[in-house]
Amino acid sequence: MHIGLFVPCFIDAFYPKVGIATLELLERLGCRVDYPFDQTCCGQPMVNAGCHAEAAATEQLFVDNFAAYDAIVAPSGSCVHQVRDNLTAIEQTPAVKHVRENTFELVEYLHDVLEVEAFPWACFPHRVGYHDSCNTLRHLGHGKPSELYGPSFSKPRTMLSKVEGVELVTPDRPDECCGFGGTFSATEPEVSGQMGRDKIADHGRAGADYIVSADTSCLMHQAGCAKRIGAGIQFRHIAEILNGANA
Amino acid sequence: MSARADILAAIRANKPGFSGPAPDIPNHDDGYPCDAADLRALFVGAMEQMGGAWVEPASDETLTATVHRALGDRLDAGSCIASNIAEIPGDRRVCEADTSASLNDVDVALLRARFGVAETGSVCFTEHELVVNAVAYLAQHLVVLLDPSEIVTNLHRAYQRDDYKTARYTVFHTGPSATADIEGVLVRGAQGVRSLTVVPAVDQAPTPGG
Amino acid sequence: MASDNGANATSEAQPRPAKPGAGKRVDHAAGARQFLAATEHAESHDERVWAMRQRRDAAVETIPEWEELRDLASQIKTHALTHLDEYLEQFEANAKANGIHVHWAADAADHNRIVHEIFQENGVQRVIKSKSMLMEECGFRQYMDAAGFDMIETDLGERIQQLDDEDPSHVVVPAVHKMRSDVSQVFSKTLDSDPGNDDAHYLTEHQRQATRPLILDADAGMTGANFAIAETGGFVVCTNEGNADLSANVPNLHVASIGIEKVVPRVEDMGVFIRMLSRSALGSPITQYTSHFRGPKPGGETHIVLVDNGRSERLGSEKFWSALKCIRCGACMNTCPVFRRSGGLSYGATYTGPLGLILDPSIDARRYSNLPFASTLNGSCTNVCPVKINIHEQIFEWRKVLAEDKQVPWTKRSSLAAAGRVLASPKSYRAALKTAHSALHYLPDWAIYNRLNAWGQVRDLPDVPAEGTFHDWYRKHRLNTAEAGDNE
Repeated sequence: MHIGLFVPCFIDAFYPKVGIATLELLERLGCRVDYPFDQTCCGQPMVNAGCHAEAAATEQLFVDNFAAYDAIVAPSGSCVHQVRDNLTAIEQTPAVKHVRENTFELVEYLHDVLEVEAFPWACFPHRVGYHDSCNTLRHLGHGKPSELYGPSFSKPRTMLSKVEGVELVTPDRPDECCGFGGTFSATEPEVSGQMGRDKIADHGRAGADYIVSADTSCLMHQAGCAKRIGAGIQFRHIAEILNGANA
Repeated sequence: MSARADILAAIRANKPGFSGPAPDIPNHDDGYPCDAADLRALFVGAMEQMGGAWVEPASDETLTATVHRALGDRLDAGSCIASNIAEIPGDRRVCEADTSASLNDVDVALLRARFGVAETGSVCFTEHELVVNAVAYLAQHLVVLLDPSEIVTNLHRAYQRDDYKTARYTVFHTGPSATADIEGVLVRGAQGVRSLTVVPAVDQAPTPGG
Repeated sequence: MASDNGANATSEAQPRPAKPGAGKRVDHAAGARQFLAATEHAESHDERVWAMRQRRDAAVETIPEWEELRDLASQIKTHALTHLDEYLEQFEANAKANGIHVHWAADAADHNRIVHEIFQENGVQRVIKSKSMLMEECGFRQYMDAAGFDMIETDLGERIQQLDDEDPSHVVVPAVHKMRSDVSQVFSKTLDSDPGNDDAHYLTEHQRQATRPLILDADAGMTGANFAIAETGGFVVCTNEGNADLSANVPNLHVASIGIEKVVPRVEDMGVFIRMLSRSALGSPITQYTSHFRGPKPGGETHIVLVDNGRSERLGSEKFWSALKCIRCGACMNTCPVFRRSGGLSYGATYTGPLGLILDPSIDARRYSNLPFASTLNGSCTNVCPVKINIHEQIFEWRKVLAEDKQVPWTKRSSLAAAGRVLASPKSYRAALKTAHSALHYLPDWAIYNRLNAWGQVRDLPDVPAEGTFHDWYRKHRLNTAEAGDNE
């Protein structure tokens, strides 16, 4: 199994630690991982705004970079959702289909494919509020959304429960959207900001010291809201914790 | 062309080019009690959740006495009780010739339910029980006799009855009139009745009209 | 639930987003900004609407077959809509056989004219009416006002909105954006209630007393319908206040306005829908009143107006026809985090929230072109929908349609086209990142956090990482190459 590591543009630019943790974690677990050097983005910023034609060349570049790999893994639910479900602006060649069918979000790759049982190197002795991003929860199937009837499950919480020291806390609205929403964050800044502040406050009331998520974009938005209002809560990507970050 | 012909033509031209089958509807009531007493308990719980009240007759009590006890402080000397129940006289009967407006001074309407639904705590009436439909809404309070053997499990079973195909008007009442339109505060008696009380009473007479 | 003892009383004025004039686009973001600025209203609205979502969840938990019911409801609606012509004809034939008069209206103007004629023929002057989204859609209240009729809304929420001359903000709870201080002000001005009393029980009782004589005095009653049953020619109306049954049963003339998409084949289909409707809407197992009208009362007269108003055209839209399955429960609004924080009036349309996002552009693509962007695409609306409309996917699809139809502003499209060009070229992308990082390092805060930068209005930007980009780190640590090279 040869993995192509997909490091989405904003992680590349602002959160290199998330990319590094993802790479190191997959390597610790025995995976053979390459980082295709000419990758940029999956096309989501344009597609999210309805501008599919404007995304076509970016989508093609993405496929060109990753078509040779057995699996493509990314630490970002929204980007994986774009590739898997919405990368449709270009002709659906066998290469495109291969890439779309074999792109995984990190947690689902750990849980469903690698079936990881332990992270013996990891210890995170803190109270953690896990943020289910809407893309991972409702579009990738990370867990049972609160709206649906059925048995509860959560792949990211299952993974975090294997980390020594983690104490999971649950906010009142466990899977309410945080208000990032891609272009929504720019077209509706007031509602987006209010949702972000409400999310932080809800986790704070539940006693969380850290908000942890599998979607860096949600964390970037929430961290930006927290910094603006001076909230002390901290943010970590789940890859960092599973890879052994302890603060 | 008429609007009717235009609309139907547009539907025929536009409707999706496939035929979705009509599904079979399961009864979904395997989990309901078979025992009449348990079904009745389920009914009472659901009805109370919706703001209705259940009053059990005492062993040595006449039906009229039970009804008066159930109404408690809702009655005074001037209260007008309109009864559609043969065994309870009331202050007046409701007749087909009565205008709706003439029922506006009814304080309590006494009605027999056609049947009940345990799932929701609903009682069902048709125009045969109501005589004048508006009485069930213009009265301030409703007292309803329900034969406990006429409680069905859930709405799937309720809709297997023939009433909707034979009666002109069939209605489920589930608790009294309610609103929460002002700041989410629950208020009983928005436009319709302020209270709904159900008294279990075996129906001795054949079902009217049906 | 809010306490009723005065603890939540507010003197804050109700936010009232201006409705744009004809030919103008609705600016949802501006309406939302105004709504959120009234902080007590905004917070109360979010909590109350969320409470309905929570009650819905609790109700769903009691029904193990819930997801199966959703499938059944969706299948029934698919079946009905793919045979809509047949079921409408069957419904009409049965309704007529039961003594009901059936009329067909191609659009809103047709509907309003037909009802007007029925009223003229019957010498009607005073009308009582229960809540109907279809009549809102037809602008019926305004039409009746202009035509000189006295029409009284009998649903409390709708009555509040009528007396305040304001549109409903939610399909189930029309005045949910108002606090009781707002209602108290409206009633004290219009119904002569005590301006110092904003107790919900007092206000509700006051309007009950004020409305009852109008009900008794009415010449005609109007209702909408939640369902029309082809098998019986009857229709079903679900309410909580008893007002629809008063409207239908007290006067001798009953007129029901029914959208053509409301028809379902069989009585037994009601078991599925009635089990879901109120649980989805408010979390109660059923509405207080579920009324089945199959024929006029003795001495009475019943008319049905079957209204198309764009529905037959929508049926032909491959991507959007399934929105016709909607049973107007409002669950998508209650769960929508954007609706809860922006209030229904910010949508400037009859249909608000996620439902509005997918219905309104099909009514007027230009006027409502911003609405599909008033969503985070979180998908919760799709999960609560009792008839399984893929709401968030349709919102996403509407964005594509609007962009292709050039209904997305040119500035937005051109900046995304530029982004597309940069992201399609590794070299341009690397160069752009370098520039951005430098800019963040060297620009003063006021340049980064100005009002033109939507991101910076409400949140700070992330710090520029000390180790540079992931790309830089990988090259340094894994490829052991120097700064220069590859694409820079």
